[in-house]
Amino acid sequence: MTITNNSDASASAKTIIQITGMHKWYGEFHVLKDINLTVLKGERIVVCGPSGSGKSTMIRCINRLEEHQRGKIIVDGIELNDDLKRIDRIRREVGMVFQHFNLFPHLTVLENCCLALIWVRKMPRKKAENIAMEYLARVKIPEQAKKYPGQLSGGQQQRVAIARSLCMSPSIMLFDEPTSALDPEMIKEVLETMIELAESGMTMIVVTHEMGFAKTVADRVIFMDEGQIIEENDPESFFSAPEHDRTKLFLSQIM
Amino acid sequence: MIKNNGFLPALPPPSTSVGVIGWLRQNLFPSPLNTVLTILAIYLIYLVTVPTVSWVFLNADWVGESRNACTSGGACWVFVAARFDLFMYGFYPESEYWRINLAFAILALLLVLLNIRQVPRRGWLAAFTLIGYPVVAFYLFSGGLFGLDEVETSRWGGLSLTLVLSGVGIVASLPIGIVLALGRNSQMPIVKAVSIVFIEFWRGVPLITVLFMSSVMLPLFLPEGTSFDKLLRAMIGIVLFESAYMAEVVRGGLAAIPRGQYEAAKALGLNYWKSMVLIILPQALKLVIPGIVNTFIALFKDTTLVLIIGLFDLLTTIEAGFKDSNWLGYAVEGYVFAALIYWIFCFSMSRYSQNLERKLHTGHAR
Ligand SMILES: Nc1ncnc2c1ncn2[C@@H]1O[C@H](COP(=O)(O)OP(=O)(O)OP(=O)(O)O)[C@@H](O)[C@H]1O
Ligand SMILES: [Mg+2]
Repeated sequence: MTITNNSDASASAKTIIQITGMHKWYGEFHVLKDINLTVLKGERIVVCGPSGSGKSTMIRCINRLEEHQRGKIIVDGIELNDDLKRIDRIRREVGMVFQHFNLFPHLTVLENCCLALIWVRKMPRKKAENIAMEYLARVKIPEQAKKYPGQLSGGQQQRVAIARSLCMSPSIMLFDEPTSALDPEMIKEVLETMIELAESGMTMIVVTHEMGFAKTVADRVIFMDEGQIIEENDPESFFSAPEHDRTKLFLSQIM
Repeated sequence: MIKNNGFLPALPPPSTSVGVIGWLRQNLFPSPLNTVLTILAIYLIYLVTVPTVSWVFLNADWVGESRNACTSGGACWVFVAARFDLFMYGFYPESEYWRINLAFAILALLLVLLNIRQVPRRGWLAAFTLIGYPVVAFYLFSGGLFGLDEVETSRWGGLSLTLVLSGVGIVASLPIGIVLALGRNSQMPIVKAVSIVFIEFWRGVPLITVLFMSSVMLPLFLPEGTSFDKLLRAMIGIVLFESAYMAEVVRGGLAAIPRGQYEAAKALGLNYWKSMVLIILPQALKLVIPGIVNTFIALFKDTTLVLIIGLFDLLTTIEAGFKDSNWLGYAVEGYVFAALIYWIFCFSMSRYSQNLERKLHTGHAR
């Protein structure tokens, strides 16, 4: 393989996240038990499982919103540990979208998007605003730029949150139940935005119960229960022929 | 007037179509009991208002030079007028009053400019008001350089001293309070412990003790011969005392910010200080504006306690005024005047804070 030939195969073969033997406790409570997960560049992974199974905790470990106690997490070649510099570098690589959007209510939509560019990337304001407008256009709400988050609908807020993360040009995007706080008619607009993002080749880990999204977008579906990864498969096999009883039970409950 | 009598039950707002009579009937005389209460309330208001108005205005004496001018039996405002300079400037030399006037004129101008949206570079102006202006004001007040005569702090007094004390207290206690609040929430055990001890110590002692200790005890601990200014010591005492209160107010605001805000800031790569300054504090401080202003108002009035260490603030100069044998017996006029001045300042602060809250509201409504 030549260096200049950056073919799809070579790009997607690259491991971008590697979690090996990861454990986490909250005090006495063993939340995550021996998590092993390898994510390739450009892969789209959907994580599902019953409430309290540790899905959020797992993806929050990837950008150090939670600390793991045992095992290894390597993101884009950087191993996560207590070193603040590394945590900083990883957070620049990893964008995150939350269930409750977590927009900054005292700043306008545009300021929400520019903030990190200006203060983390040290970009001049004008340039940051241009980039922010570009991404707001991509999530189809450039006309709301001057409004405050409190003046937008839930779906619009979540799209702003996606744009805000994308502004930092992350190589990985984490989504923690991005649509579960939304009314049904708004879920669609957010899912469409996420599908477009997936089509652009972004590496994505999505915790969601939207099985339609999993079927159309995911390369792999991961099922978690009681802090463990129980099953991991391509969406077709996962939905048509789940191996484990717990997976079957879960699927029968949500479908 | 009737609106304030406090006896009225809370009713839905009157519809505009019913007119004055309808409104009266609906709100003041809807039932026999309410009618009785309304009449009783009006009678009470009458009982209080009529003598007050006649004492303050109708029977009052306004012009004159000495107590001989006060013959009408009402308030003797001649006293306040004759001693007005003392109340405003204390024992500051009369020829130098312009310096104090100038200092407050500059401050008023800055405050006005800061509240006009169209003024360019308001950020810098605010920074100047907080950092540059105190230096200018200090120079104007104390002089001693560049051709201005020195005026020792022992000659400062009256309303200007009250404003200096409370201004310094307000401007310094907020940032110190914020730092203490952050310290108390800190993950670092030493920082946390120091903040807690500091806050609990200063909250636990009465201000009057703090002032007394700063003027009587502190010199005992300092090496022989070092003296530092009594006013400065009082200021330091007030600032430390108030910043402990402020810290707890700010901490209340910090506690009200949802965890998601911290997480979103972290996930974007903002470090601790950046997320505090850019994300958390602006929201937390906005939430506790009423508490902050409440503390400011309390501080403003608490400065009267400096009288126990012999500083002549507004209230003390007024008391000195009516203890003067020329004006014996006009204590009521003095206290009413003091109350009026304090009320004007406190009420303005309160209105300003409401105004600010409204301006900073970014609409969770709609
Ligand atoms: N800060 C915490 N302290 C203690 N226990 C926690 C904490 N956060 C989460 N847990 C517990 O850890 C477990 C996993 O939580 P997590 O939020 O990861 O679940 P989840 O799979 O995302 O569930 P959901 O679908 O409800 O979001 C739960 O039992 C939860 O009660
Ligand atoms: Mg969750």
